[in-house]
Amino acid sequence: MTMLPLNRRRLLISGSALLAAPLLMRVSPAAAASLTAGFIYVGPRDDFGYNQSHAEGAAALKAMDGITVLEEENVPESNDVVKSMESMIQLDDASLLFPTSFGYYNPFVKETAADYPDVQFRHCGGLWSEADPKNAGSYFGYIGTAQYLSGIVAGHQTKSKRLGFVAAKPIPQVLMNINAFTLGAKSVDPEITTQVIFTGDWAQPVKEAEATNALIDQGADVLTCHVDSPKVFVQTAAGRGAFVCGYHTSQAPLAPEHYLTGAEWNWSTVYKMFAEKALAGGALPNFVRGGLVEGFVKTSPYGPAVSEAARNQTDTVKAEVMKGGFAVIKGPLKDNKGNEVVAAGKAYPETAVELESMDYLVEGVLGSTS
Amino acid sequence: MSETQAFVRPTPIGAALSKGAGESARRRLEAVLIPILALLAGLFAFGLFLLAIGKSPVEFYQLVYRGGFGTWFSLQNTMQRAAPLLLTALCVALPAQLGLVVIGGEGAFVLGGLAAAAIGAAMPDAPGLIGMPVMALAGLCAGGVWIGAVGALRHYRGVNETIASLLMAYIAIAFMQHVVEGPLRDPASLNKPSTTPLADQLRIGEIPGMDVHWGFVVGILACLVAGFVLSRTTFGFSARIAGGNARAAAVQGLPVGRLILTFTFAAGAAAGLAGMIEVAAIHGTANASLIAGYGYTGILIAFLARQNPIAIIPMALIIGGIGAAGGLVQRRMDLPDATVLVLQGILFVAILVSETLSGRLLPALGLKTTGEAK
Repeated sequence: MTMLPLNRRRLLISGSALLAAPLLMRVSPAAAASLTAGFIYVGPRDDFGYNQSHAEGAAALKAMDGITVLEEENVPESNDVVKSMESMIQLDDASLLFPTSFGYYNPFVKETAADYPDVQFRHCGGLWSEADPKNAGSYFGYIGTAQYLSGIVAGHQTKSKRLGFVAAKPIPQVLMNINAFTLGAKSVDPEITTQVIFTGDWAQPVKEAEATNALIDQGADVLTCHVDSPKVFVQTAAGRGAFVCGYHTSQAPLAPEHYLTGAEWNWSTVYKMFAEKALAGGALPNFVRGGLVEGFVKTSPYGPAVSEAARNQTDTVKAEVMKGGFAVIKGPLKDNKGNEVVAAGKAYPETAVELESMDYLVEGVLGSTS
Repeated sequence: MSETQAFVRPTPIGAALSKGAGESARRRLEAVLIPILALLAGLFAFGLFLLAIGKSPVEFYQLVYRGGFGTWFSLQNTMQRAAPLLLTALCVALPAQLGLVVIGGEGAFVLGGLAAAAIGAAMPDAPGLIGMPVMALAGLCAGGVWIGAVGALRHYRGVNETIASLLMAYIAIAFMQHVVEGPLRDPASLNKPSTTPLADQLRIGEIPGMDVHWGFVVGILACLVAGFVLSRTTFGFSARIAGGNARAAAVQGLPVGRLILTFTFAAGAAAGLAGMIEVAAIHGTANASLIAGYGYTGILIAFLARQNPIAIIPMALIIGGIGAAGGLVQRRMDLPDATVLVLQGILFVAILVSETLSGRLLPALGLKTTGEAK
């Protein structure tokens, strides 16, 4: 694996730490300017998806001076995560924790934060509220706008005018991505439709492959997804000759010819910000969110198949986005049952709270939320 | 050694069936020695695996000890992890007495949790002393009916219980997901569909002075009761007769069908109760996080314990401890999480292979085991 050089270093460090531990026992004056940060992932950290996007952020911290990074993968959203956090605190002196899976927060992060007031907890997902412990907090990214840009590229690429979307669950965040992707494509050609298939859960490789094949059989020639690990999806779609837009992190290495672009997290921005503040001894913000403008989210570099026209239009829109205040969801907008969901003249930029309870699929999406 | 004795299971239970106190003592000794030797052999084999990938087995086992058992924190971590496993292992071990291999405890676990959460959410004002027993009953019944149905399919229709229970676990999980995302969804659970959270008085607390919830005590008690019933009552005795030869048991007038239904119901009830405890002590609501594989880990533990309810207790603690140490091993040695699965797999195979030593180990060591040798 790619981590070999790191293994030996970590082994030596931990081995010597183990030997020295009984002798020294917390006598470390140099520790003042150092920080141990712990990362917890719900799946494997090399999943080409959600967990890898966080592991890439963790890797950025490893490169910083004075920071020790701890990582644990495959930790379920149960009491296991409490024990992982406590173990990092009690056995490895972690003082800043990043439990990255959405389902970790309530009740696990909240309760553990209350038990360890001296440790800082920052959770990915945007769930922190004023009533929660002050040493806890949330960060999240507005990735829908990046999906909109992917949609523009997909809209240029499709010949059949049919796009495919393999999604996990019909929850607001996923619906936002499906809608944004579709609206991006429809901005190129209003005739384009997106067929969506929900697999029911975040990691269902077999169902994801079946859904991908089914979408291609129905004529979709450009596809994207929202599942924890897009690896199977990308390989299946590219194997059938379809084009793909990625999600979470870049899957270009899996399908260099068929990968168009993708909506990626850029967690290193967030993790570095927290770590620098913690190293400097300052207070950490409780609630941070950002999108493309703030560098929380990024788009994958264009693949070789992306046309000049697609690049130009996408770059133009992206420049517009980077000015701030861009709204993907704006009126007049109908859902796919014909009901008006946004009135004419109304626009919701990515920061709008209304978007966080989204329960509809826009016109042009073939599929149902239930 | 005679043929009939070779078929007597060399567990303490089996030992009671054999003639002579000396024989019984030797069999007891063997019943303890064989698993211990198998565990040691498994640990040794895993050490070779670690050496092969360039890691230090000594460091690994030191970390497992430290992370699972070496500190008060680690020990509590281990007990907490063992809590659901005690009950899901019973879901395998109880039907095993009748010769049934039930591997679908995950389904009963999930449904037990769902039933408890649904009932609990429906009575937010009930006092804990009433609400919690009702929730426990709901969990017991939901799990019991599910695995009991597997027993009924087996008895009345001759459907293979292993396959049926596994497939029904998939149905149970899909059903739970559907209910949680549909009819019983708390509208406030936007991005993580869940049932309405339980009221505070319906939550199971921790054992005073410890960071371990009461489910651990319930699990230990359940194992002890199951062990007692199996080894000290005529009911348990008749179950083991039926497990040895169902047709012969029926000829003797034993109610084989009723035994199968009772044991599968009790098995599912154990897993369902584990689900209820998981909801009431840990999650406070039913959602997809319930599907954490406790039902499947229970299979491993039951086989490690050779289907003996009492032996489930130490085995659940060992597997819980390995799980508790898993994080420390990942962090300190930079090993992937799957390392712990490899260890569990090697231990599993070692225990299964060691079954073939039953009745042969002591003779091989120069000790006679036959009753005539006295």
